[in-house]
Amino acid sequence: MAQVNIQSVNKVYANGFAAVKDVEVQIRDGEFVVLVGPSGCGKSTLLRMIAGLEDISSGEVAIGDRVVNDIDPAKRDIAMVFQNYALYPHMTVFDNMAYGLKNKGMKKGEIHTRITEAARMLQLDDHLTRKPRQLSGGQRQRVAMGRAIVREPKVFLFDEPLSNLDAKLRAHMRSELKELHRRLNATFVFVTHDQVEAMSLADRIVILNAGRIEQVGTPMELYHQPASLFVAEFIGSPAMNTVPLGTRLGGMLANTAGTLPAPAMTIGLRPEAILAGPAGGPGIKGHVAMAEALGAETVLHIEVPQGGTDTRLTTRVSGETRFTEGDELAITVDPSRVCWFDHEGRRIATEPATQPAPRKEPLPAE
Amino acid sequence: MKRAQFSRPLFPYLLLVPQLSIIAVFFYWPAAEAIRGSFFLEDPFGFGSTFVGFDNYYDAVTGSEYLNTARFTLVFTALVAFFSLALALLLAVKADIVLRGAKTYRTLLMWVYAIAPPVAGLIGILLFDQSIGPITDLAGLFGYELKLGVNYWDTAFAMVLVSVWKQIPINFIFFLAGLQSIPRPVREAAMIDNPSGLSRFFTITFPLLAPTGFFLLIINITYALFDTFGILDILFKGEPANNPITLVYKVFLDGFRGNDLGGSSAQSVILMVLVLVLTVFQFRFMERRVHYN
Ligand SMILES: Nc1ncnc2c1ncn2[C@@H]1O[C@H](COP(=O)(O)OP(=O)(O)OP(=O)(O)O)[C@@H](O)[C@H]1O
Ligand SMILES: [Mg+2]
Repeated sequence: MAQVNIQSVNKVYANGFAAVKDVEVQIRDGEFVVLVGPSGCGKSTLLRMIAGLEDISSGEVAIGDRVVNDIDPAKRDIAMVFQNYALYPHMTVFDNMAYGLKNKGMKKGEIHTRITEAARMLQLDDHLTRKPRQLSGGQRQRVAMGRAIVREPKVFLFDEPLSNLDAKLRAHMRSELKELHRRLNATFVFVTHDQVEAMSLADRIVILNAGRIEQVGTPMELYHQPASLFVAEFIGSPAMNTVPLGTRLGGMLANTAGTLPAPAMTIGLRPEAILAGPAGGPGIKGHVAMAEALGAETVLHIEVPQGGTDTRLTTRVSGETRFTEGDELAITVDPSRVCWFDHEGRRIATEPATQPAPRKEPLPAE
Repeated sequence: MKRAQFSRPLFPYLLLVPQLSIIAVFFYWPAAEAIRGSFFLEDPFGFGSTFVGFDNYYDAVTGSEYLNTARFTLVFTALVAFFSLALALLLAVKADIVLRGAKTYRTLLMWVYAIAPPVAGLIGILLFDQSIGPITDLAGLFGYELKLGVNYWDTAFAMVLVSVWKQIPINFIFFLAGLQSIPRPVREAAMIDNPSGLSRFFTITFPLLAPTGFFLLIINITYALFDTFGILDILFKGEPANNPITLVYKVFLDGFRGNDLGGSSAQSVILMVLVLVLTVFQFRFMERRVHYN
């Protein structure tokens, strides 16, 4: 168990491309940290630098108290789970897990104990003599996890390990991972581009954008206090409504939202900050352009014809909603849940938004 | 696999005709001739032939000359296959480290494949040339007078060296392709599991190259047995005297220099059976354990 200190780390690839720029994060002992961001933002590169599979161009990575910049990957006390499992195709499941241990010179008995234990935990007991090609995707994924677990590393590194699984299995493996983290109490660094995965797994999320850190924080912090428009739009599904104040709709929304901080250029509203009321009531008039019924809740895409160019807003209402496509309605804004962004897309700290008032009902009444 | 359907059932056979006729003219027909000829004693001057049953075979395999040649061929084949595989693998591993991902280099190296085989054989012979060959000069520097075509062992050495030299590029390309098809994450997982590069090579890379290696082994055995004929012929110009020769060359010598067509046919049938066995072995083995994914 150990913390991971990443200090002003840069990565410039041989072709001159700067993939990671001045990244600075302290990952605590036993923490589950998720690196998230759009494709190509440098998540894998950063993870691979921690693993030692990629040289660190400048800066320092320390695992525990030890700077590992020049330490061989096999000696960093880490284990990594890859997206395509990266199992050794010519070895049985047992040998796949035993390989790293044998190379450390571990005794046969101890290897056996560890593998039996891990196999039980991952329900692989019956498959130990099989080759990877005789396993399903989910089972291969488990073997890859098992191979990491038996090493008992200080830090577990995961590079999109669930992205090749189907939706149901992915959700299942997500909860298994969470459980595993609790049981092992080790430090986990997990890369994904899926924000739902990030939100549901992380103690803290690190959001990367074009090689730089946009924000580090708990899922709730990122959701309620996004540091920038980038984070606001990346985290949360459906995404936050962001409307420039220069547009007519932006002006109308700002009016209903109350006090406007001076340098604000953009207003940001989570779908649940927009309240849909019956037509003829107070608020901005619009109609339902599309209703996505998801079961427990329905996502309404609202068209505001008087709003100028940018006229679509999304809101979520209870699944029992009466609103259907084409219905007229009036929308208001929950002033305690408004975010304001300045001309650089940075969020302007305002009192109400930093601590959103608890909502009385889970979903807006109509 | 999806089966393509042709509206006229005979059409696919029509498409095969050119290929099949080439095989028939250049393989089946001569092969049949050889088998037939191997049971006859042919009059050297073309005045008919006598059926002699298995005598030709019996004479071939019991002759001491034949056994010597067979023994030399075995050693020669083993040496050529081993060194051309081992050196090519070494080069491929080194190249792979430099090449990872760099496609342009890879294409450049592929050219070796296209240029080398015919030219390399000739260059190889030139290296041993009595008056201008650098290897002859080099041996001379160490006080050794290398006499190609005169000294039995000098010739044997040159045969092995040139044969290996000519075969390396082909093996190299196959090994390189094999190495590059090992997924990067698998290598990386191994880097995390094992700090020793050498040990990684023998426990991960080598087993994953086994299919390629096995395929190449068969190719190289066949090459050393048969395709080195050209090299030997350039070396001896048809007059091997007391130099070492391989079985294939002996077929040629006995048939066309010694005019013993029956005995030569019997020897070539024996070689044909050998190839057949190798091929069957290869397919059996390939089916059994070679594809991993
Ligand atoms: N070996 C390399 N040489 C040059 N550029 C590279 C190399 N590897 C990656 N890059 C570039 O660095 C950037 C970051 O790559 P990285 O693999 O870290 O992205 P990522 O965030 O993991 O994306 P994804 O979600 O698609 O996996 C990309 O723009 C990529 O093109
Ligand atoms: Mg990646």
